[in-house]
Amino acid sequence: MTRINSQQQLLETYQQVRPLLNLRLNGQDVASSERTIMVCGGTGCHASESQQLVANFQALIEENGLSDSVQASVTGCFGFCEQGPIVKIYPDDVFYVQVKPEDAHEIFEEHILDNRRVERLLYTDPVLQERVAEQHNIPFYQPQQRIALRHAGLINPEDIREYIAVEGYQALGKVLTEMTPQQVIEEMKRSGLRGRGGAGFSAGKKWEFAQQYDAPEKFIICNADEGDPGAFMDRSIMEGDAHTVIEGMAIAGYAIGANQGYVYIRAEYPLAVQRLRRALDQARELGLLGTDILGSGFDFDIDIRLGAGAFVCGEETALIHSMQGERGEPTTKPPFPAQSGLWGCPTIVNNVETLANVPVIFTRGADWYNSIGTETSKGTKVFALAGQVNNIGLVEVPMGITLRQIIYDIGGGIKGGGEFKAIQTGGPSGGCIPSKFLDVPIDYESLASIGSMMGSGGMIVLSDATCMVKFARYYLEFSVEESCGRCLPCRVGTKRLHEILVNITEGRGTEADLVELKELSEIISDTALCGLGQTAPNPVLSTMKYFWDEYVAHVHDHRCPAGACEKMLNYEIDPEKCIGCTACARVCPVDAISGQVKQLHTIDQVRCIKCGACKAKCKFKAVNIN
Amino acid sequence: MSYTHQGCPGKQLALERYEQLNTYIETLHIVPDNPRRKDTLIQTLHKAQGIFGYLPDEVQHHIAQKYNISHAEVSGVISFYNYFTTTPKGDVQINVCLGTACYVAGADKVMQEFERVLDIKSGEVTPDGSFSIEGLRCVGACSLAPVVTVNEKVYGKVQPEKVPEILEHYLTEVSATGDASNDQD
Repeated sequence: MTRINSQQQLLETYQQVRPLLNLRLNGQDVASSERTIMVCGGTGCHASESQQLVANFQALIEENGLSDSVQASVTGCFGFCEQGPIVKIYPDDVFYVQVKPEDAHEIFEEHILDNRRVERLLYTDPVLQERVAEQHNIPFYQPQQRIALRHAGLINPEDIREYIAVEGYQALGKVLTEMTPQQVIEEMKRSGLRGRGGAGFSAGKKWEFAQQYDAPEKFIICNADEGDPGAFMDRSIMEGDAHTVIEGMAIAGYAIGANQGYVYIRAEYPLAVQRLRRALDQARELGLLGTDILGSGFDFDIDIRLGAGAFVCGEETALIHSMQGERGEPTTKPPFPAQSGLWGCPTIVNNVETLANVPVIFTRGADWYNSIGTETSKGTKVFALAGQVNNIGLVEVPMGITLRQIIYDIGGGIKGGGEFKAIQTGGPSGGCIPSKFLDVPIDYESLASIGSMMGSGGMIVLSDATCMVKFARYYLEFSVEESCGRCLPCRVGTKRLHEILVNITEGRGTEADLVELKELSEIISDTALCGLGQTAPNPVLSTMKYFWDEYVAHVHDHRCPAGACEKMLNYEIDPEKCIGCTACARVCPVDAISGQVKQLHTIDQVRCIKCGACKAKCKFKAVNIN
Repeated sequence: MSYTHQGCPGKQLALERYEQLNTYIETLHIVPDNPRRKDTLIQTLHKAQGIFGYLPDEVQHHIAQKYNISHAEVSGVISFYNYFTTTPKGDVQINVCLGTACYVAGADKVMQEFERVLDIKSGEVTPDGSFSIEGLRCVGACSLAPVVTVNEKVYGKVQPEKVPEILEHYLTEVSATGDASNDQD
């Protein structure tokens, strides 16, 4: 394609490429033989060989000489990862799930050639036990409202023409030709968009701070260092719609007066990096990045910087240090990066999802955007729903929806018919929310008021099989490993918290430990240097607040109510099964097993160190865990 | 980053690798007195680890010289980030995802099984250099939890019982190339 030199030319290009998406956007004329096959290319489906699936479809199209009427292409994550790999056929809106590469043949023969749905690959509603053919009828999608993920499943992320066909880069065109930077910032403030990385600071105000400073150089950084374990929304956006992030960054650049942007992205996301690289090349080729964008005189370009596996680099000051080629340690704020950031210049660090919301605010207007959501939190939020829930995947819902709707209506309830125990939001900085709060409408404030936080959007559903003390220990283990070591409260404090939790889960906890756990948590919250250290004790504080009886059971009764802490379990020998072979007694490292040959053996519970050697050795399955 | 450590680097091979690294560094046009010259350091370390498989002292010195910074600075950066390693990894690199979703689905038991079967701990390499195990923070394929990646391949919904099966697959691969890696040192 040739370079686009003005807003007028952009609109002309849009008219030219628009027909590419006719089948997908105007749909329903299923009588015609034209079809578009979209295959999910997100990391989850990619790992399940969806790439091979696309190749198989393309080969079949080629063999049958249907290249003019049928297309097969890869698209961004549909979000319904539990059912992946997913194949969607336009214009029928038919949604096939758990498709294997070898199923391509059947879909092609039946659906494409004979216009008959392949019933066995349709989604089965677990409640009604009925097949559901169309995507919009699947309960998982019904309560969702997709803004940040608006193009996932619709366009091919590797083709800029398809992004332009969904009015891509028109927001940038409008901003550059019709608005002053001040107007852009006012519009952003009016939209009410708040940072989606976790803290929820107003994006418009942040831009305004950076704009106020007069500096020869300013920078826009997109924070794609999604370190929260269990959160993958930023990766999905990068993989499925990188152009929208690029466009958002360019708009931000214009607003604050920056000519250079950087995407700081995790090295663990190779597919996202590859798609982003391609998108940047395409945007440069069309002149949508580079000098004199759309003839406006505005210059802006973007480079990629890879992370190297440090959780703390999601914190903006640490991220900036890392980008400067240093150890990614945070520094105190103020000065905020908006005043003195990368190389001491005013710098805005925005999260991927925040930036993905920007273009649509300008194409549809701030008033439209701020009509969605609650009083204080506008728009939608993407959550990565995972854990013990039936429908694992990415969901985008308007702010103000309840957790119950997310877990039961969208998530399809608890896996394996278990009982809901808690939902963890906000990752290692967040907390666990018990069932009594399931009907709280969620936004930044309400989640904070019940001891958790929005965070970047990880949501882990826990069933009654999870021990909350052990779960808090898991997060502390993470914090200990990821603490950068710069400040003492975090470096030593988290380590100490972890030690106490290990003691409690291994049956050595005392009441004094519970007191110390709480006091120490509060001290760390008050004194750590950066946001990560200050929030590291949250998993402990929230589980102590809502699941205190489990802590007490561990300390007082030396019992794990969920039966998950191995060291608190008792190994016992079943008198019915034991034949007295002495194998267990011989293997026991602490001589805790006694008994004569051919007589019942017993385990001395005081001596037993719960190593499990006897259970592994017994051929008669006579050793039980209680 | 598709390179896996194949045992003996050999002098000739080592030279080729340095040349490969130098070619990359030249494209960065590092100006020795530019205060911002370090901004590509992390990319270079990624590249070097991709070429050499790990970042031994000699490579660190080499990079420090190219950037006109001290070895301590390079070493400080390497030790900070989990992604970088100063010891070689196995030919078959096993990474068990320890993200929350995988943890809740029992990833710790999968890890224990790998440790038990290979008789090494997480972070170690088998004495013959064929296998190494490591814990990995979320790869974001939470619907496939617990997830294990072996070299580039992703295995989903791995239960401890599946561990020997996965290892056997790679064991045949290792023994097929075994002759080449036996004559090292």
